[in-house]
Amino acid sequence: MKIAVCIKRVPDSETRVKIAADGKSLDEAGVKFILNPYDEFAVEEALRRKEQAGTGEVVVVALGPAAAQETIRTALAMGADRGVLLQVDRIPADGLEAAKALAAELKGGGYDLILFGKMAIDDYNHQVGPMVAELLDLPCVTTVAHLEIDGARGTAEREVEGGVEVVEFTLPAVLTTDKGLNEPRYPALKGIMAAKKKPLDTKPTRVGQGGLEILALMPPPERKDGKIVGEGAAAVPELVRLLREEAKVL
Amino acid sequence: MSGGVLAVLEQRDGALRKVSHEVVTGARRLGDALGGTVDALVLAAGAVGGGADQLGAFGADKVITLTHAAFARYAPEGYSRAIAEHVRAGGYRAVVFAASATGKDLAPRVAARLGVPLAQDVTDVGVESGAVTVVRPVYAGKALLKLKLAASPALVSLRPNVFTPVQRPKAGVAQSAAVDVPGGGGGGGGRVTVREIKAAPAGALDVAEAPIIVSGGRGLKEPANFKILEELAGAFGGAAAVGASRAVVDAGWRPHADQVGQTGKTVSPTLYIAVGISGAIQHLAGMRTAKVIVAINKDKDAPIFKVADYGIVGDLFDVVPKLTDEIRKLHG
Repeated sequence: MKIAVCIKRVPDSETRVKIAADGKSLDEAGVKFILNPYDEFAVEEALRRKEQAGTGEVVVVALGPAAAQETIRTALAMGADRGVLLQVDRIPADGLEAAKALAAELKGGGYDLILFGKMAIDDYNHQVGPMVAELLDLPCVTTVAHLEIDGARGTAEREVEGGVEVVEFTLPAVLTTDKGLNEPRYPALKGIMAAKKKPLDTKPTRVGQGGLEILALMPPPERKDGKIVGEGAAAVPELVRLLREEAKVL
Repeated sequence: MSGGVLAVLEQRDGALRKVSHEVVTGARRLGDALGGTVDALVLAAGAVGGGADQLGAFGADKVITLTHAAFARYAPEGYSRAIAEHVRAGGYRAVVFAASATGKDLAPRVAARLGVPLAQDVTDVGVESGAVTVVRPVYAGKALLKLKLAASPALVSLRPNVFTPVQRPKAGVAQSAAVDVPGGGGGGGGRVTVREIKAAPAGALDVAEAPIIVSGGRGLKEPANFKILEELAGAFGGAAAVGASRAVVDAGWRPHADQVGQTGKTVSPTLYIAVGISGAIQHLAGMRTAKVIVAINKDKDAPIFKVADYGIVGDLFDVVPKLTDEIRKLHG
């Protein structure tokens, strides 16, 4: 099985967001970057599928700055075979432009599966995977939390409001992974050492401006100072009164 | 043609999903700003119930149903092809989806087919100098990104629970039209088929769409104790869902579908009740856009009290059952 996993370098989820002087981007000073958590499920799933098949290749592809090499090494340390960095100075705000660059790299690669995390925890774009599928004219299932593959056919389960959708698809396919699909492994020391010697191909890449223009990155509105209504169960009637009469939500 | 807005609605089992009213409301807002009409579009196997005939009241000028047997359930390929063709033929300036499980899957496919950008999960829409602008939470709500969509049509999906449906007193009845799509947009029996929807237990609301969320964390001490939160949620008469912090989801106490926070769902309910949740930054990011936040925690220094509108310091095992009783009194 030949599997591509598209990954992204993102700020750690515990990052305190500070807005840069341009008023349009994150101040990256002191920010720790990690492999996007949803992409970990994609990497893990690819490794398991290859292990089950007993043969194949897992290729990790990232669009990002030179520093994303480190992110690729993390995936290589988990067990992926080789990496490709599509190097850009800045990832475009328009997900379609990112999708075009990735699709151009993946096209003709002979992949049985192309995996993405369901979204990146920085821009929350939630679109690049299915866009790549459309650009490559491949079947696609998003936010997969359970997966079975039998030859050239697969069955995926994805959470929808009030239930679980059971989706059948044919391979080759693009899938985006959700939490719950598997438990990603931690890179072992041996894997980290091995990752240093695995091939990582860096390709300078041009991406279009796209049709999305960032006007501003702003802090969220501050919440008004709240109040402690009281202590223990005795405070409940007052809380309910406030919710009805002051907040008017009951 | 000029400035027309298309609202893409959702149905399940032939009934319009409630989020559709929010989509029409958001589309109307854009339509007014662009000086255009609003068409509401729904794909189904046949006639759609659940209030589809009342969409005029929310601002739709016309309701169009694209019908095919393969459209009974969401068919990713058939839906995206049929919608993209409808948008091309209609010359719309903007297309509005719900940022629901279906909408978030469908909108990128339509955007890629049309070769135009998409802004997902937006919390505000507007028009500036003739261009559609949106605001969307990024970094799990730790910041807001304001974007201009330079292309036409501008595609957006609306975060559930943010665009409060507005009924317009003077609105007329929307025209309606049913259009059969031969071949189901080519997606019938295609490469991707939704075989079934395994329903969650009856009445279970999704945290992403629930107007009230009762969320629990480590303070519940063990999984079985979530029963008291389920009872509290039940007291709201079907309007509340039970959410969970990452800590309890990672511990396997609750399913990931219930997780609120940066690696779970970002929610905007009317009322969020955080029980036994200390308030890690990644959790606060996921619920800080709730209209009203209530925190119940035994630690008066817990960070959750910094974002809560109302707090009770105390033992949740005393406070929650009392709150359940009081809410039941209101609804009884």
